[in-house]
Amino acid sequence: MGSSKTKKIAVLALQGAFVEHEKRLKNLGAECVEIRQKADLMQDMDGLILPGGESTVQGKLLTQLGMLQMLRDRIRNGLPVLGTCAGLILLADELGKDEPAWLDTLPVRVRRNAYGRQLGSFWVNGEFQGIGKVPMTFIRAPYVESIGEGVEILAVVENRIVAVRYGNQLGIAFHPELDEDERIHKMFLDMCRQGF
Amino acid sequence: MSEERYVLNKQLAQMLKGGVIMDVTTPEQAQIAQEAGACAVMALERIPADIRAAGGVSRMSDPKMIKGIQEAVSIPVMAKCRIGHFVEAQILEAIEIDYIDESEVLSPVDDVYHIDKKQFQVPFVCGARDLGEALRRINEGASMIRTKGEPGTGDVVQAVRHMRRMNREIAKITSMRKDELYEEAKQLSVPFALVEYVHDKGRLPVVNFAAGGVATPADAALMMQLGAEGVFVGSGIFKSGNPKKRASAIVQAVTNYQDSRMLAELSEDLGEAMVGINEQEIALLMAERGV
Repeated sequence: MGSSKTKKIAVLALQGAFVEHEKRLKNLGAECVEIRQKADLMQDMDGLILPGGESTVQGKLLTQLGMLQMLRDRIRNGLPVLGTCAGLILLADELGKDEPAWLDTLPVRVRRNAYGRQLGSFWVNGEFQGIGKVPMTFIRAPYVESIGEGVEILAVVENRIVAVRYGNQLGIAFHPELDEDERIHKMFLDMCRQGF
Repeated sequence: MSEERYVLNKQLAQMLKGGVIMDVTTPEQAQIAQEAGACAVMALERIPADIRAAGGVSRMSDPKMIKGIQEAVSIPVMAKCRIGHFVEAQILEAIEIDYIDESEVLSPVDDVYHIDKKQFQVPFVCGARDLGEALRRINEGASMIRTKGEPGTGDVVQAVRHMRRMNREIAKITSMRKDELYEEAKQLSVPFALVEYVHDKGRLPVVNFAAGGVATPADAALMMQLGAEGVFVGSGIFKSGNPKKRASAIVQAVTNYQDSRMLAELSEDLGEAMVGINEQEIALLMAERGV
């Protein structure tokens, strides 16, 4: 699959802002499929996007629909994945006290609602490694409190880690899908093109 | 509210899409709702069915009660203020509510003016029965719309009517010539720019949820198939026999709203649904408040 030109990207469509990701991907010439239940996972895909939304809702639905372990296995086997906001929370292997991890594949500790309630939501133009300045929209966002071995930091805003890469996993605290800038999605598609 | 803040507020609504927002009256109910997969909760002292039963003037909830719910859950917390009551809205902003619902469920305090929502930093959601109402609320600063439906009845007929009407009116504008939009803006009593947006994009400029009378997973899926981007469930959950199970089933029904086999499974063994009231049987039509 690594050689074919059009990349097929699966977008987790249980809840949240998945349509926004699909729009970006289609603009960049990728094919999108929505993942809403177990049966949707029985297909080949070149990459996976875990969108923003409410992580508790998405995590519970993943569990109830029997998809958690399947996704975990595919990510551990190297399927390229981009998690934004709630998606980053799903990937993290450590959350706050008494909050069990969901997919548990990304060795970072993530703090949820780290900037407070909606009044704490904000937008900045921040530096993203390898890309330059990109618009960053933070909505009731998390940030990364600490990273494990092998995790590369891609962006820091006000001394907080807001984007990381670990192997084929990209975890981002903000919402690149909400701004017009498509460079982060392009970077992810390049990752998918390199295959796994 | 700055333009940037307004955009952020619309974007929070985007994060709620495909989710279920549940009415809760206690921290315990809020936790049940979160546990069942609610994407946000609406904190209020009495759910619409009880407001309807009790009669009398219905007001904003006690901030202490709302704060109790904010502490109990990590998902966004919304609360209602009365139509036109900008001081109740100021109070809700002061306790850092995530979303204010300027709601016809409570007794309106102003029969002419809605709140100037642009004066606030926190986002507002407002009810609408048709496109004109929706665009007027958006013009006042609402960053999310929901159908009014008829709250507290367990009867989804009005939500269906409102959603269909909105869709029909959007389709009509989409098919108009551009030079006809000026007259349409005049008819709807809204600025030209909003009508032009609907014409160009074929949708509202903000997220649109269904609300009012949703009581079963099938009701929720119906609203999603009719084009709702998510669902509010008020009395339908905690007025039913098994709130936990019903809440979770409605959440799953909203995600897989097109899979009838799954909807059949989700509809099994939910216990008793809330007792509904048909629209002909009710004296008070809350949907007629604040147009």
